[in-house]
Amino acid sequence: MNHDPGGAVSVGASAPAEPLMKLRGIDKHFGPVQALYQVNLDLPAGQVTGLCGDNGAGKSVLVRCIAGVHQADHGQIFFEGHPVHIHTTRDAAGLGIETVYQDLALADNLDIVQNMFLGRERLRRGLLDEDTMERAAAETLSSLRVTTVRSIRQPVASLSGGQRQSVAVAKAVMWNSKVVLLDEPTAALGVVQTGMVLDLVRRLRDRGLAVMVISHNLNDVFAVADRIAVLHLGRMVAEGPATDFDRQSVIEYMTTGTGRLRAPVGAVADGGSV
Amino acid sequence: MAGRETDTPIAATASGTAATEPMVDLTAASEVTATDVPPEILAQSLGQYLRAWGQRIRSGDSGVLPVLLGIVIVAVAFQIANGKFLSPQNLVNLFEQSSIYMLLAMAEIFALLLGEIDLSVGLVMGLGAVVVAEEVQPAGLNWPWWLAILVALLICAGVGAIQGTLVARVKMPSFIVTLGGLLVLEGVAIIVLGGSLVGIGNSHFSNEVFLYNLFWGQFDPAVSWILLIVVGVIAAGWEWYRSARRRRSGLVAPPASLTALKIIVAAAAGILVVALCNVNRAHFGTIEGLPYIIPIVLVVLATWTMLLQRTRFGRYVYAIGGNPEAARRAGIKLPTIRTWGFVLGALTAGIAGVLFASWQVSITTNIIKEANSYVLLAVAAAVIGGTSLFGGRGKTIHGVLGGLVIGGIYNGLFLLGVTSEWIAIVVALVLLAAGTIDVLSRRGAQPRA
Repeated sequence: MNHDPGGAVSVGASAPAEPLMKLRGIDKHFGPVQALYQVNLDLPAGQVTGLCGDNGAGKSVLVRCIAGVHQADHGQIFFEGHPVHIHTTRDAAGLGIETVYQDLALADNLDIVQNMFLGRERLRRGLLDEDTMERAAAETLSSLRVTTVRSIRQPVASLSGGQRQSVAVAKAVMWNSKVVLLDEPTAALGVVQTGMVLDLVRRLRDRGLAVMVISHNLNDVFAVADRIAVLHLGRMVAEGPATDFDRQSVIEYMTTGTGRLRAPVGAVADGGSV
Repeated sequence: MAGRETDTPIAATASGTAATEPMVDLTAASEVTATDVPPEILAQSLGQYLRAWGQRIRSGDSGVLPVLLGIVIVAVAFQIANGKFLSPQNLVNLFEQSSIYMLLAMAEIFALLLGEIDLSVGLVMGLGAVVVAEEVQPAGLNWPWWLAILVALLICAGVGAIQGTLVARVKMPSFIVTLGGLLVLEGVAIIVLGGSLVGIGNSHFSNEVFLYNLFWGQFDPAVSWILLIVVGVIAAGWEWYRSARRRRSGLVAPPASLTALKIIVAAAAGILVVALCNVNRAHFGTIEGLPYIIPIVLVVLATWTMLLQRTRFGRYVYAIGGNPEAARRAGIKLPTIRTWGFVLGALTAGIAGVLFASWQVSITTNIIKEANSYVLLAVAAAVIGGTSLFGGRGKTIHGVLGGLVIGGIYNGLFLLGVTSEWIAIVVALVLLAAGTIDVLSRRGAQPRA
C-alpha cells in the first residue's frame, strides 16, 4: 500500500453526502513537539466514527482542537460545508459540538438535573427555574432510554460509572447538538455498563448526530463504529468504513502507521464482535 | 500468527475489567431490571423518601437530621446535669449568645462551600464592631446609626473583596491569605480603636441606643405572636403550595405527609421559641418578648438560603466546591464567583460585628483579640451543622443549627461551673467528631466505577 506521508489512505466508497464536519490539513504543535501533522478527518451525520491510536498518537489533541480547547496552527475546519473558526469551547458549543471528556466533568455534589444544566441554567424572574429544567432533563434522559437512575434528583456521587457516563452523554445532547465527541467512554466500566453506554452511542447515531468515539478498546470500536480513523504519531494513517478494517489491520496501523486493509471478500471476521 | 498475539492482550484487558468489578455489574443488572417505571414516580411514599434520604447521607450530604439529633442530646444531657438549662430564662440567653456563632458560621459557609477556608471571619467581626461603634460616637463622627452600619458592612465586604481577589485571581491558598488577613485586621482594628475603649451604652444618644437595642432589645409579647403568625402562615403556605405544585406536575417532590410534618415541626418550634421569649426573664422588673436578634438571624438565613439554593450564583458556588474543573468547562467564571463568595462571607461577618458591638456594649483591645477565637467556633458550628470541609456540601441552615449546638455546649458547661479552658477542650472534641463524620461520609461518597 503506498503512503502519502501526510494523507490518509482513502478506502472504499466514501459516504455519498457531504459530511457534516470536515477537517482538512490540521497542524498542531506544542513548542518543538508536532502533535498533529496535516490531519484530515470526516465526521458524517448519522454515523459513528471510531478514532483509534496508540498513546501519544494525538487523539486527545485532535478532540481538543475540534472542541475549541486548543486551536489548530494550520488547517481548515468545515462545518455543514462552511469554513468555521473554533477559538473557544463556547464557539464549539455555538455550532452544536459537544464533548464528553474521559473524566466526565460532573460535579458529584450536584444532582442529575443540576449537572445537565450546569452553566446554562434556565431562569424565571431571576431565580432558577427548577421545574422546567427537571422536566427537560427527564425528557432527554427518557428519549435516550436512560431509565436506570432511581431519581433524577439524586446526587451524581450516588450513581454507578455507567450511569455517570449516561448523564454526561445526555448533558451533551440536550442542546440540539449535532456533533458529539466521546473520549474513552467505556474506560473503567464493567461489561454490562459498557454495553449500556454503547447502546447509548448507537441511539445518538440513530438521532442523526455525528458521533466520534475515541477508544483503546477495539471491541468497543468494532461494536459501534460505522467508520474508523487511525492516528499514528500525529498523522492520520487510515480512514474509511469500518467494514474495510479488521482488528488486525487497525492494530497494524496503530502500532506501525502502515498496514493492509482487510481482504474484500471472505476474510475471517474476527473483528466483528458486533 | 501475529494477529493472535496482539489480539489476546486486548481481550484480556476487557475481561480483566469485568473480573475486577463483579459487584458493579450485579448492581447495574438489578437496577436495569427494576427500572421501567419513570424515576420521578418512585419517590412518592414516605418510606421511599426516607430511603432516598439514606442514599443522600451515604453520598456525603447528611442534611439537618444529625445536627437536630445533636441539639436534642445537648438539651437532654445538660438538663439532667443542671435543672436550670431548659428554663426559659436560660434558653433565651442561649439563643442570644448563639446568634453570634450562627452568623459567623453562615459567614464561614461561603468559604467552605467553595472548598476554601476563611480564618479571618472572627476579626472581620471585630473590625466591624470597632468601626460601627466609633462611627456613632457623639464626640467623633457622630453618624446616624444607619450610615454607621452601612459603612461598617461595606468596609467588611471590602476586606472580603481583597482577600477573595488574592485567593481567586492571584491564586494564593485561602489558608495563607486569611491567616495574614486576620493578623492585619487585628492590628487595624486596634488602631481604629485608638488604644482606649469605645462604648455604645450611653442612653442619651439615640444612635448608641439603637445599636445597643439590636442585641438587647425585644418586641412586645403581643407583637412577637403576631410576627410569628404572619411569618409562619406565609412560609408554611408557600412551602405547601410549592411542593403541591411539583407533586401535581409529576416532578420530584417530598410526599405530602413529609411536607406536612416539616411544617408542623417548624410551627411547633416557632411557637415554643416565642412562648419561651414571652416569659419574663428579668431578675427585677420586666424583660419579655422576642429578642430582635432572632428575626435578624432568620432574615440573614432566609436571604442566603435563597441566594445559595435558588440563583445561578449559588448553583455555581456549589459546582466550584464539588468539581472546579467541571465548573470551568461549563463556562463558569471561577475567579468572579470565588471573589464574591469571600465578599459575602465577610459581609455576613460584618453583620455579626455590628451585633457583637451591641452585645459587648464597649469594645476594648482585649475584646478585639478575643474576637479571633470566634473563627474556630464558626468553623465548628458550620461543620457540626453538617457543612463539609471539602467543599460543595452544606446549607446556610447548617450554620444556624450548628451555632445552636455550640452555644448550648458553652452555656451548659458554664452553668455547670466548668472553666473556660475545659469548655474549649470539649468544643474542640465535638469539632473533631464532626470532622471525622465529614471525612467518613465523604469516603463513602467516592464515585463507584
